[in-house]
Amino acid sequence: MPADQPAGATATSAATSAGAHAAHAAAGDAPRRAAAAAALRDVPRVPGAPKPDPILVADGVVRRFGGLTAVDVAHVEVQRGAITALIGPNGAGKTTFFNLLTGFDKPDEGDWTFDGQPLGGVAAHKVARRGMVRTFQLTKALSRLTVLENMRLGAVGQRGESLVKALFAPLWRDQETANTERAHELLSRFKLDAKAADFAGSLSGGQRKLLEMARALMTGPKMVMLDEPMAGVNPALTQSLLGHVKDLREEGMTVLFVEHDMDMVRDISDWVIVMAQGRVVAEGTPDDVMADPAVIDAYLGGHHDAPLDAEDEERQLAEVDAEVEQEFAADDAAHARTGTAGDTAAPHRAPGTTTDTEGSAR
Amino acid sequence: MDWGSIFTNAAVSLIGVQTVIYALAGIGLNVQFGYAGLLNFGQAAFAAIGAYGIATMVAIAGLPLWLGVVVGVVGAGLFALVLGVPTLRLRADYLAIATIAAAEIVRLLLRSSSLREYTGGSGGVNGFSGDFYALNPFSPGTYGFGPWRFSERTTWVLLVAWVLIAVCCLVVWLLMRSPWGRVLKGIREDEDAVRSLGKNVYAYKMQALVIGGVIGALAGFVSALASGSVQADLYGTPFTFFIYTVLLLGGAARVLGPVVGAMIFWAVLSLTDNVLAQMIQGGYMPTWLMTDTQAGQVRFMLVGLALMLLMIFRPQGIFGDRRELAIDAR
Repeated sequence: MPADQPAGATATSAATSAGAHAAHAAAGDAPRRAAAAAALRDVPRVPGAPKPDPILVADGVVRRFGGLTAVDVAHVEVQRGAITALIGPNGAGKTTFFNLLTGFDKPDEGDWTFDGQPLGGVAAHKVARRGMVRTFQLTKALSRLTVLENMRLGAVGQRGESLVKALFAPLWRDQETANTERAHELLSRFKLDAKAADFAGSLSGGQRKLLEMARALMTGPKMVMLDEPMAGVNPALTQSLLGHVKDLREEGMTVLFVEHDMDMVRDISDWVIVMAQGRVVAEGTPDDVMADPAVIDAYLGGHHDAPLDAEDEERQLAEVDAEVEQEFAADDAAHARTGTAGDTAAPHRAPGTTTDTEGSAR
Repeated sequence: MDWGSIFTNAAVSLIGVQTVIYALAGIGLNVQFGYAGLLNFGQAAFAAIGAYGIATMVAIAGLPLWLGVVVGVVGAGLFALVLGVPTLRLRADYLAIATIAAAEIVRLLLRSSSLREYTGGSGGVNGFSGDFYALNPFSPGTYGFGPWRFSERTTWVLLVAWVLIAVCCLVVWLLMRSPWGRVLKGIREDEDAVRSLGKNVYAYKMQALVIGGVIGALAGFVSALASGSVQADLYGTPFTFFIYTVLLLGGAARVLGPVVGAMIFWAVLSLTDNVLAQMIQGGYMPTWLMTDTQAGQVRFMLVGLALMLLMIFRPQGIFGDRRELAIDAR
């Protein structure tokens, strides 16, 4: 239903539709996508809907910053083996919720389980060891380490990371060789193998995103949490990043990601959770969610920044005209007010009204 | 001007007692600041704890020297824990504030008159190095060659100190090429990223703080034993700042950086000192410009100037990698 799509979705770029097309063509050799879609088919489209096989279940998670309740999630479940998008307008609490789930922030209330085990209050590094690894909105490449060292750092259970064993290379050399091999494999998959010896700080923004994702995979995660993986990435690289995220699902990993680009969300996600003002306001498949009035409301709220359709566009243009007019008539408040009233009733007369007001003001 | 003595003195400073003390303290700081990115502004206190560990155990408690060494090492480790527990979970600058304050507290406690019975007050402690020199294998005489000629006592101190430096450098090299060192360097770059990869950042920072502090205590041992006395005021903030100077001069996060930095620092200091002194004595320096007593201050100004030039033209230090600086760290 294109007419019902919220703002961002209408600006479909040629590149993304091409990508979506490719994804459709490849549906045959993407069995996990089909499986995820089948599993989620009968899930009710309501906030907090129970999933057939949830890997992550959160209950009553609340985080307050002084008087502001940044996150207030009553109940949410994330389906195992699916790509779930977490969307919402700026300030909806998506990143804060991410930080809570991954142990980078502590909630005021609430609890959640990951893979059947309670994870509330567990320190960030232990969360990662349990198989839930995250990336950051502002990419954190370790600048003055080489790309390869960045990758090796990601490997878990390294004997050489204990202070005493570190002194004796024979104790960890085998493991290091194996990790290096795996790092090279991942780097070539992410097309970063030529950069292995360079400092991570010398990479471009998009390459850093790739490196961060590859490094996260070095931990051998069950669930990957991506915080705005596409932010600041050029369109060509976006396609490659999208492909990598889809690959994660095909490898049996669960993906939860925060994203603003609706085209991307539609292209890759099996399920979408919408947050607004700290709460989950809607859930469903991408198409369901984008048709949901609650979502449109959440995104556009009182501030209709972008037009929804032709009628709306006209109305907004009229509003802008009214504002311009108000500026002109600043010295005559009474006239300006009449102008605004007339403008809502008959938008097309707005420019004319402006001239009138101007004339009478003089 | 007697250029012969000027260069002899500079050559002696290259490997002399001051150099080895600062090199050791610098190696410790390198583990903390250079590799782990911990802003420890209290390295002087770690050296003071080492020095007073020996001094008080031997001279005041009458215990053997080795016990003093143990007390110094354990004391420095405990001091690192006390500093680290409240601050290492916080942002980097909190550690800087806590360490500089704690170092001053240590110094003021050591020199306080109410503790005179135990630490000798502002006069300090002496008469504890007998055991150390009793172990001296060198019979009385002069040892060395060329400009490097030392008494048997200094030779013994320098031998022990350079062995310590070699061992510490070896340990640092072994650690920093290992996955452990990689985690540390990762923490320096971005600790949240390292945390997200499943590493216990807090524990690594604590380990680095303790190791660096214990190496700092070794510097204190050498300092105390070389002079045969300890005074709290030797371990004030200028000591810490000179250690930073030495470290940045040689190149942070390089195994030999602090050693080479200390050698250059003290050789240059000796060079400027002697050149100025000789210029004044020889009448080359007009007295309205500088007197003998002022020369001591001016040499530090010149060293400061040299450092500024170094930071402008070679900001990575002697051993640093210029490529690293091309990267905006954040």
